Amino acid sequence: MATTTAPPPQPQPKTNRIGLTVLDYRGGKTTLCAGCGHNAISERIIDAFYEMGVAPERVIKVSGIGCSSKSPAYFMGRSHSFNSVHGRMPSVTTGAVLANSKIVALGVSGDGDSASIGIGQFVHLMRRNLPMIYIIEDNGVYGLTKGQFSATADLGSKLKTGVINDLPPIDTCALAIMLGATFVGRSFSGDKRQLQHMLKAALAHRGTVMLDVISPCTTFNDHEGSTKSYKFVKDHEEPLHDLNFVPHFNEIDVEYDPGTCLNVTMHDGSSLRLRKLEEDYDPTNKTEAVKRVMESHDADEVLTGVLYLNTTAPNFIDMINMTDQPLATLPESVTRPSRAVLDECMEALR
Amino acid sequence: MATTEFAVHGAGPGAVREPVVNDFSIQVATVNGSGSQSANTVLLRAIFQMGVPVSGKNMFPSNIAGLPTWYTIRASKKGYIARKKEIDFLVAMNPETAREDTMSLASGAAVLYDEPLKLNELRSDVTFYAVPYDKICAAVCSESKLRKLVKNMIYVGVMAQLLKLDMAEVEKALRKQFAKKVKAADLNWNAAKAGYDYAASSLTKADPFTVERMNKTAGMIIIDGNAAAALGCMFAGVTVVTWYPITPSSSLVETLIDYMKEYRVGDDGKATFAIVQAEDELAAIGMVLGAGWAGARSMTATAGPGISLMAEFAGLGYYVEIPGVIWDIQRVGPSTGLPTRTAQGDIEFVAKLSHGDTRHPMLLPCSVAECFSMASDAFDLTEQLQTPVFVMSDLDLGMNNWMSEPFQYPKKPQNRGKVLTAEELERAGGFARYKDVDGDGVGYRTLPGTDHPQAAWFARGSGHNETSGYSERPDDYANNMDRLAHKFETARTLVPKPEMVRNDGNEVGIIAYGTSHHAVVETLDQLQGEYGVKADYLRLRAYPFTGETHDFVAAHKRIYMIDQNRDAQMLQLLKLDIAIEEIGKLRSVRHYNGLPIDARSITDDIITQEGK
Repeated sequence: MATTTAPPPQPQPKTNRIGLTVLDYRGGKTTLCAGCGHNAISERIIDAFYEMGVAPERVIKVSGIGCSSKSPAYFMGRSHSFNSVHGRMPSVTTGAVLANSKIVALGVSGDGDSASIGIGQFVHLMRRNLPMIYIIEDNGVYGLTKGQFSATADLGSKLKTGVINDLPPIDTCALAIMLGATFVGRSFSGDKRQLQHMLKAALAHRGTVMLDVISPCTTFNDHEGSTKSYKFVKDHEEPLHDLNFVPHFNEIDVEYDPGTCLNVTMHDGSSLRLRKLEEDYDPTNKTEAVKRVMESHDADEVLTGVLYLNTTAPNFIDMINMTDQPLATLPESVTRPSRAVLDECMEALR
Repeated sequence: MATTEFAVHGAGPGAVREPVVNDFSIQVATVNGSGSQSANTVLLRAIFQMGVPVSGKNMFPSNIAGLPTWYTIRASKKGYIARKKEIDFLVAMNPETAREDTMSLASGAAVLYDEPLKLNELRSDVTFYAVPYDKICAAVCSESKLRKLVKNMIYVGVMAQLLKLDMAEVEKALRKQFAKKVKAADLNWNAAKAGYDYAASSLTKADPFTVERMNKTAGMIIIDGNAAAALGCMFAGVTVVTWYPITPSSSLVETLIDYMKEYRVGDDGKATFAIVQAEDELAAIGMVLGAGWAGARSMTATAGPGISLMAEFAGLGYYVEIPGVIWDIQRVGPSTGLPTRTAQGDIEFVAKLSHGDTRHPMLLPCSVAECFSMASDAFDLTEQLQTPVFVMSDLDLGMNNWMSEPFQYPKKPQNRGKVLTAEELERAGGFARYKDVDGDGVGYRTLPGTDHPQAAWFARGSGHNETSGYSERPDDYANNMDRLAHKFETARTLVPKPEMVRNDGNEVGIIAYGTSHHAVVETLDQLQGEYGVKADYLRLRAYPFTGETHDFVAAHKRIYMIDQNRDAQMLQLLKLDIAIEEIGKLRSVRHYNGLPIDARSITDDIITQEGK
């Protein structure tokens, strides 16, 4: 016999500070291989944007070509996305940010997309310090074309077919630091906590954030002899510091010891705290940062952490003195000078 | 003392010749980097200010200094402003080319030369005037390093005296040229006067060429096509400009930068635009498409080699359906292939730029006024059609000075195309990016940053369905291709219609486009006046072709298409567009030596093909 009882109270879904649930940050179902590091990175992106309370409508996701560049389809479906051509994500993103400097730009690229075919655009984007987050999902191989070496493959690393790489790698972090990016980090798709904090800090920065995230390719580059396999990276990861990101909207601040912890105030007022694991490392010193990164190659280390940070350099939008309104939607009254201006121009040509 | 020799062909020395008023061409042969451009502009403007229709063409090498360069000025009472093939008056300033330049003149021409060159010894059927430049220079300019520059203004003075130019007009033109440099203006004015005085006292006029006041240039302006395009883009409301320097397009963006800094900075001192010098043309077009996707009126300017690099992105722009304006200031060939010479060489390439099936609208300005007005047309069209639009100028139009009626303020408000706002999206309850709602092949789009949970769509290549989802289904692909083809049919109805210059039911019809127009107008007169051949003429202003062009072909027995390229590129495009039985009517006149096209070459070719 039926008895009427009040239904048990449904737990309210957890929401972030703008009232969205984590589901609002999800995308399509991934078509990448099971265990692909890129999927883990997509998860971290979802978490970071959700926890920071970034409205997905304000975000653009731009990518080039390759496995990494497919991944924007698998997170944040409420954000506009542009899967462009191979190696050209930087220029498309630049144009979009110029058209609307209020949007949050997230570029997703791979090691082939950035370090080979797109190295020219990579280099020049870094010089401009355009406000954007640039993620390289770095696995050292071309996945979609089935396992050729990329330019970030380490010297001596071995392909599945037994081919040994005999060319030196391009270190995208060292390059980015030298060229003018103002937030450069290296992380590992398997290091959930570090990557998550690094992405949140990236959202608090106004300038080019370049994150090289080692992301093992389970199908073509996860074997013995590869320097981009899960096992190799886990065994050789050398974190510079323990990262802790405290967003500006957190009411309760956590004490920290200035003797062992470096506190950096980010552009939006958030704090990035770096508990030093290496005593002397100063992430605001460009020369030292490049030196330490280059040394890590000789020591067979996968050096991770915030390698370089500069919160005072002007970004590209400041440099070109652009109006605060998005150029895309400026009204005709602003973008078309008056009849009197045309008359003045004509008179000067008579 | 006077050192004038002259000989007149056919009539013998000393014969009296009929005066030739306001109808001649001057060629100034100098060395690149010698500063002759200012002198030539002063000469051009002085004639213009006297009310005489005039045109100037610079034929210069790909070089900063030291190689030969020629500047031709044509005065034409009938208003012909195409290049004239024959040179009537040579100003021989370059010792290296002086002999060849002199020998290539038709008899009856006149030559002004530097005395030590002794050109008068070369032939006896042209008029020679010797000028001792160094002596005159030394007298007016104490600083030896400036003499090279001042020397040019001496020939301006000499020519003014010989052509009977009003020196007040020369001074006015000169002071305009050196408006910001009073000292330089004074120095140059003294040089011009010294040249004038020398000619008055030491030369005897023996050629027939003179200038008389007319009233055909009142109120007109002088401007080059690139500057006109820059102005046009500013008034079209461009907001994002990306570029990579390349001859002959660089001056378009450089002039635009100057204008925008002057007129497009807000009261708060902030720019209402962004101009970026990109690392290459790949990046320039990538930025244009990124900005177009995000809703800006974006553009780049380039030339053939840059177009080549933009091919992949042009195809992506076509398939993602993003607006963007690309100015192609056409020039000759790749790499070191005559980068400073003109051509209409990119027509066929641009029409189908990229791999796969692609078609791009092209606008075809013939004048500086159209460089201005078509800028607005291009931005409206690209946003209406949501596809990249190319404006096909050329070096002759872009880098040479042209007289023009003042430009008309844009008549229509900006047409920003089908863009849904958050409110419209809310009312509609969502949208499908690539659905052909209106039957014109053009879908609705939203801009990144639109504050609505259903605003986002996924921009990607050709593999997508109506809602911009990734799809490899054969029917999705084919449907999308068919809709894009249908959209190109819509483009036919929106592009500028051709100008029907003459359509009197004659057997012969001429079709031309771009800078060929000015030569064809003169050709029509030559054909009729010299051979009794009456021809009709349609000037194309855009691709795809519109119904007027098809009708014109159908209404004539023989059609001559004028192309400034070797392979008859526009003719090839037209062949694909007309009925098979009409193709046999098409004949081709091609001009491809790097020089601006001239009427005589066209006339001779048509007459030969007509069997006359």
